[in-house]
Amino acid sequence: MRRNHPLIIAVSYLTVVFLYLPLAGVAVFSVNEARRGTVWEGFTLKWYAKLFQNEWIMEAAWNTLLLAVISTIVATILGTILAIAIDRFPWKRRTSNYLDIILHIPVVIPDIILAASLVVAFGLLRVVSSIFEPGLLNMIIGHITFQIAFVALVVRSRLVAIGREVEEAARDLFASNWYLLRKVMFPLLMPGIFAGAMLAFTLSLDDFVISFFTAGPDSQTLPLFIYAAVRRGVTPQIHALSTLIMLVTVVLVVTTERITRR
Amino acid sequence: MKRTESLITWYGELTTRRHLLKRGGLFLVPGLLWLMLFLVLPSLVLVVVSFVTRGAYGELEWVFTIENYKRLAGFTLFGWTADYLLILWRSIVVAMVTTLISVVLSYPLCFFIAARSERNRYMWLTLVMIPFWTNMVIRAYAWFFILSPEMPFAKLAALLGCIPDGAPLYPNAFAVYLGMISMFIPFVTLPLYAGVERLDWSLVEAAQDLYASRIRVFTQAILPQTMPGLSVGIIFTFFPAMGMFVVPDLLGGAKYMLVGNLIQQQFGTSRDWPFGAAVSMGLMVLTMIGLQIYRRKGKEIQVV
Repeated sequence: MRRNHPLIIAVSYLTVVFLYLPLAGVAVFSVNEARRGTVWEGFTLKWYAKLFQNEWIMEAAWNTLLLAVISTIVATILGTILAIAIDRFPWKRRTSNYLDIILHIPVVIPDIILAASLVVAFGLLRVVSSIFEPGLLNMIIGHITFQIAFVALVVRSRLVAIGREVEEAARDLFASNWYLLRKVMFPLLMPGIFAGAMLAFTLSLDDFVISFFTAGPDSQTLPLFIYAAVRRGVTPQIHALSTLIMLVTVVLVVTTERITRR
Repeated sequence: MKRTESLITWYGELTTRRHLLKRGGLFLVPGLLWLMLFLVLPSLVLVVVSFVTRGAYGELEWVFTIENYKRLAGFTLFGWTADYLLILWRSIVVAMVTTLISVVLSYPLCFFIAARSERNRYMWLTLVMIPFWTNMVIRAYAWFFILSPEMPFAKLAALLGCIPDGAPLYPNAFAVYLGMISMFIPFVTLPLYAGVERLDWSLVEAAQDLYASRIRVFTQAILPQTMPGLSVGIIFTFFPAMGMFVVPDLLGGAKYMLVGNLIQQQFGTSRDWPFGAAVSMGLMVLTMIGLQIYRRKGKEIQVV
């Protein structure tokens, strides 16, 4: 093992402190008795309890979850099929280059551009049908659109990693297309699909910009709620909500790590 | 039916090219159709809308004009101003500085993590991963709170006379940079770490044995080896940073507006979609130029 220069160690610790200082501040004051100010008045969990009595927050939490689950399911299916399509067939070089570019657009382009183009597109579609009013459906469509690309990229890298020998062996043993897909490719791909789905799910929970642009009055999500609440002023309840979301993130990160590292 | 195509074997399958592509097309349709409908088509619509006129009530009037772009370039009824160009320029500068500082801080952090024992390494990596996955709004909000007037930092700054008593440490450029840099450090550290972990230290030692200066050891032995991870980190930081809107909105306010805020304003309160579309195109062009410069450097972009 290599030794680090003391400067490297100092900078590393300071960087981590820099990352966590604001988050720790929020967490500490989420269990403070005081309603305002920064004077410590004793430990309490009442702000957390109040979260669960607030029906706005409960509804936002439900919307966030619904949005993430539905969009992740659809995006995982579409993204997986797309990855197989791109990787497993003898496309011309030009075609696969184009596919590659389309796949990388949502990854590289700032999300505010995708959000803006969806606002305009939904605005025009609204003339055709009222289901494109700002709301949960628009948000789901928006989330799926950027999730597909991420799922497809993750699954594709898994497809490349597993190679084609097993498939070829199955073919040699007269496996049909359907059998091959179901019994050979799918089990081998499973870790990739899972990783892609987890990524899509977390991206959906994390998203603010796309939701902010496509949300309607009845489709508040937690990030949107916090953003709106900050403009009205900082309260211990928002501290508690933020801390709780952070804790959920920690649990998600740690479990995903555990599962994918196995 | 006459068979004009020759049979090929494709990974153990006896088939024809056309047959394979037909099946491939079937696999391609659902995902590609979705992306065409909700990604490519809306982007094209956005381009078109950037050339139309805003009606009196914010509706679209299908009269084609380049007025929106002229406005973005600063030409108004009352002569030329640099306001919007300044916002674009500022976004580039903020994105560059954010990327640079994130890289400068990420290298030591990566070396540090790589030198831990295996168990501790995962702990430290998880420590970087948690902010990476924590919601952007929450992280921006946390800075908003920590810089607020009641907290010690603002009090200290007031004591030193930097800000008036009882004022928060925002909105200003400093707060935006704090927020942006802390937001994007993990975006550089995580991909970069993959490179640093696999670093061949014998090359570094060879350089040191040959009396290379510290700077040369870095540029000749470390940088080329970590370039793939670093590129991914830079792409993940620079482009999103340019379009960032939550951080400058909460911590920069009207004083330190970035292009993301300008776009949001046009789609929100101003309700001027054509101008909003034109500004988005401006950001898009900047992104494209950035990617092009990047590709010129000869590094292949691989994101996942």
